[in-house]
Amino acid sequence: MSSQYDLQIQNEIEDPTIRPKLIMGDSTTYASLDDDVVGIVEGFVEKTPMAWYLMIATSLSILTMLGGIVAYLIVTGVGIWGNQSPVFWGWPIVNFVFWVGIAHAGTLISAILFLLKQDWRTSINRFAEAMTIFAVCCAGLFPGIHVGRMWVVYWLFPIPNQMEMWPNFRSPLLWDVFAVSTYATISLLFWYMGLIPDLATIRDRATTKLRQGIYAIFSMGWTGSSRHWHRYEKAYLILAGLATPLVLSVHTVVSFDFAVSQLPGWHTTIFPPYFVAGAIFSGFAMVNTLIIPIRSIFKLQHVVTLRHLEVMNKVILATGSMVGYAYAMEFFIAWYSGNPYERFVFENRAFGNYWWAYWTMVSCNVIFPQLFWFKGIRRSVPAMLVVCIFVNVGMWFERFVITVTSLSRDFLPGSWNYFKPTAFDYLTFLGSFGLFFTLFLLFVRFLPMIAISEVKGILYKQNSGH
Amino acid sequence: MDNNQNDLPHLGLLAEYETPEALMAAAEKVRDGGYKRWDTHTPFPVHGIDEAMGIKNTILPWIVLGAGAAGTVTALVLQYWTNAVAYPFLISGKPLFSWVPAFPVTFELTVLFAGVTTLFAMLGLNRLPRLHNPLFNVKRFARATQDRFFLAIDSQDPLFNDSSAKALLAGTGASAVEEVPDDNSATTPPMWMLQAFVAFAFLTFIPIGIIVGSWKSTSDKPAWHFVWDMDFQESYRTGEQVPLFENGMAMRAPVEGTIATGELFASSSYFRGVLDDETLDKAQADRSASEYVEFAPIAATRPTLERGQERFAIYCAPCHGDSGYGDGIVAERATSLIATGGANGWVPPTNVTTPVIASQPDGQLFDSITNGIRNMPGYGKQISVDDRWAIVLYLRALQRGANATIDDVPQSERGGL
Ligand code: HEC
Repeated sequence: MSSQYDLQIQNEIEDPTIRPKLIMGDSTTYASLDDDVVGIVEGFVEKTPMAWYLMIATSLSILTMLGGIVAYLIVTGVGIWGNQSPVFWGWPIVNFVFWVGIAHAGTLISAILFLLKQDWRTSINRFAEAMTIFAVCCAGLFPGIHVGRMWVVYWLFPIPNQMEMWPNFRSPLLWDVFAVSTYATISLLFWYMGLIPDLATIRDRATTKLRQGIYAIFSMGWTGSSRHWHRYEKAYLILAGLATPLVLSVHTVVSFDFAVSQLPGWHTTIFPPYFVAGAIFSGFAMVNTLIIPIRSIFKLQHVVTLRHLEVMNKVILATGSMVGYAYAMEFFIAWYSGNPYERFVFENRAFGNYWWAYWTMVSCNVIFPQLFWFKGIRRSVPAMLVVCIFVNVGMWFERFVITVTSLSRDFLPGSWNYFKPTAFDYLTFLGSFGLFFTLFLLFVRFLPMIAISEVKGILYKQNSGH
Repeated sequence: MDNNQNDLPHLGLLAEYETPEALMAAAEKVRDGGYKRWDTHTPFPVHGIDEAMGIKNTILPWIVLGAGAAGTVTALVLQYWTNAVAYPFLISGKPLFSWVPAFPVTFELTVLFAGVTTLFAMLGLNRLPRLHNPLFNVKRFARATQDRFFLAIDSQDPLFNDSSAKALLAGTGASAVEEVPDDNSATTPPMWMLQAFVAFAFLTFIPIGIIVGSWKSTSDKPAWHFVWDMDFQESYRTGEQVPLFENGMAMRAPVEGTIATGELFASSSYFRGVLDDETLDKAQADRSASEYVEFAPIAATRPTLERGQERFAIYCAPCHGDSGYGDGIVAERATSLIATGGANGWVPPTNVTTPVIASQPDGQLFDSITNGIRNMPGYGKQISVDDRWAIVLYLRALQRGANATIDDVPQSERGGL
């Protein structure tokens, strides 16, 4: 049924007076949508493709390796990483900021675009939200294991303890604990709430008792009652309203970790907006990187259309340009401030020891996304996949440049040093991808990756001409 | 009508519709029929159904508002109480609590409380989770979450009348009207489920109880060591014996000729005011006047004397007075206390302009400043060597001034006296 959609239908019309169809294929009905989306979950449960087993086996073994590294880290100490004076915030913090940044796309798509009534979000929001949650898991891992003495990690939280001590609420690192854990909780709730009606659909279509039972528990007895929908929609709107400032606050607070300190190159007011733009940029790039293969593997091109990808690319272009502007503005202010330390740090970023990292960052984040000005590239699936992967790489390097160049050249030239990652740095970072993809593959197998009930609403709107 | 409620073999009626429009039209009819206990079921929220059914606005936003306010208050109280009251964090003398740094956590907790409440209040108001629902006994109802639109009237509705309700629904263009069978299943969960829940809840309290118990009690057992190489580090303490070195000492002796910071007294006449050829370790008490250097080893220039005057005003004048007569404010205060019977055993500061003092060699004055003399404390730690010599030179100027005659005044200035 799904493959009957008409590829001739163009939904990337530029004429603003015509509202292009978001869901393609005249034959797409509520039932065929269920078949296409829930069918993946059902088909998988009955006969899971070999490829899925191969992928999950790979990511599980990487995850196992991560477990081993973390265990080794606990008994040995953070010395297994390349963190050395004066760069005590090495890759673990770089990876933390990298993953938190990626985690911004999901809630942005589901909350901000919801408030802005951007209907195209419905095809990708479930997927992006899931990605958000898994990215937050990866992000949360790093500060947790970076503290060194993991058995006292509960000190981060205001928990009554035997020392009668309390955390310092004026530390940005503590704000971070609150921001990231709130974000993780709210994103999870938002995601779960969106899932409830779709889980009920799976329950009601179930052909086996086991599947029916499990999905019945998680769908909480949802019957699609209009009285329930009424409160549900209100709750969704409220959550979107709450999540909107929350998304913006999270990376703002993460940027405070840097901006509130006194280190040249970190102590700047541009950091909060610049970090938020960068987070959206990296998050959207990651969504595209993942959804491009997924939509073709699972034959969802009529739901996640080229038009969706193109809109995403436009957001990437816009946020990428903001990031480029921020890079330029940092340099300008370093010069304009007349502060010799600030000037030194920026000269050193571009032309010092880490010039290679800086120019990797600039080319991946500023130059390549500019290709999206060309319609041909913006609409070419292979081309956008390459650009999005470049953006992912570039955004990792951005965090590396910020963290490592500033720290390695601090105020005391006597302690300057060149940061060298160890094998464990590489493996821990790789391991976080194992965690991410394990969760992601489980999601793809067991949960509906398209928000079916929302897309049905769009389908209804589209067909009834509203 | 009340009577027939429980006599019915079913719990209500269920009508199925193909499209949202058909459902909406039916809903308007049922609403106008005055029914209270009825509902529609749709795979996606149908817009306009709220008015068609007469659903009133939910109170959910108000609950969320309350929860958000609770979050704000919790965050502020938490931050104020922990950082300003229970465990005051004094950072660079800043106030213990201020609003701006309290903002991020306050914002996050507000959102957290409000967000968590939104979901759970929505579920609560919807009476979810509900794992059993008689509607599920109707086979076709499974499509309510897929592609069909349903309308259900509860037989418990005060207006409910089997035949008239059936007639009403039949006239709404329903593709099917069915009775919802009563499966007579219990509306409360089985006993074993409750028991298991209580047992589980009880068990979760055990670890919490153990933690709280050990937190509140003291123990004379040694502490647990998780990380041995951190708690017991392989390092030697000063004075410990080690086989590593020939002399068996953990402390390494300084290289021969090492001089501690600030203790390089290369020239005894400059640093101590005593002649260089005198033995350095000779006690002050046996020193005779002839051993002091006669003249200060620095030049008596105008800047030096001005420096001396300034230092004297800071370090000496409070006791010895601006002119060195021994009438500084400390001395004046002591004199006035003596008049009222206080300041017992007070030794007045010496008048440093008397011939006795004036006849002392420069080195001796330097020594008195450096090490103090009898009741006067030493100022060697506070005043640098050069400054002490400058004070000595200034003392000479004071002595000269105090004992001056008209011959000391230059001819040209005498008119001004
Ligand atoms: C705290 C008050 C106090 C201050 C400040 C003080 N003196 Fe004295 N000074 C005394 C007293 C009291 C004596 C008499 C000590 C005694 O006879 O026991 C004295 C004695 C002396 C004498 C006589 C020493 C002798 O051989 O009899 C000299 C010279 C002298 N002070 C110089 C100075 C100079 C120069 C300074 C500033 C660096 C200074 N004093 C600061 C209280 C002070």
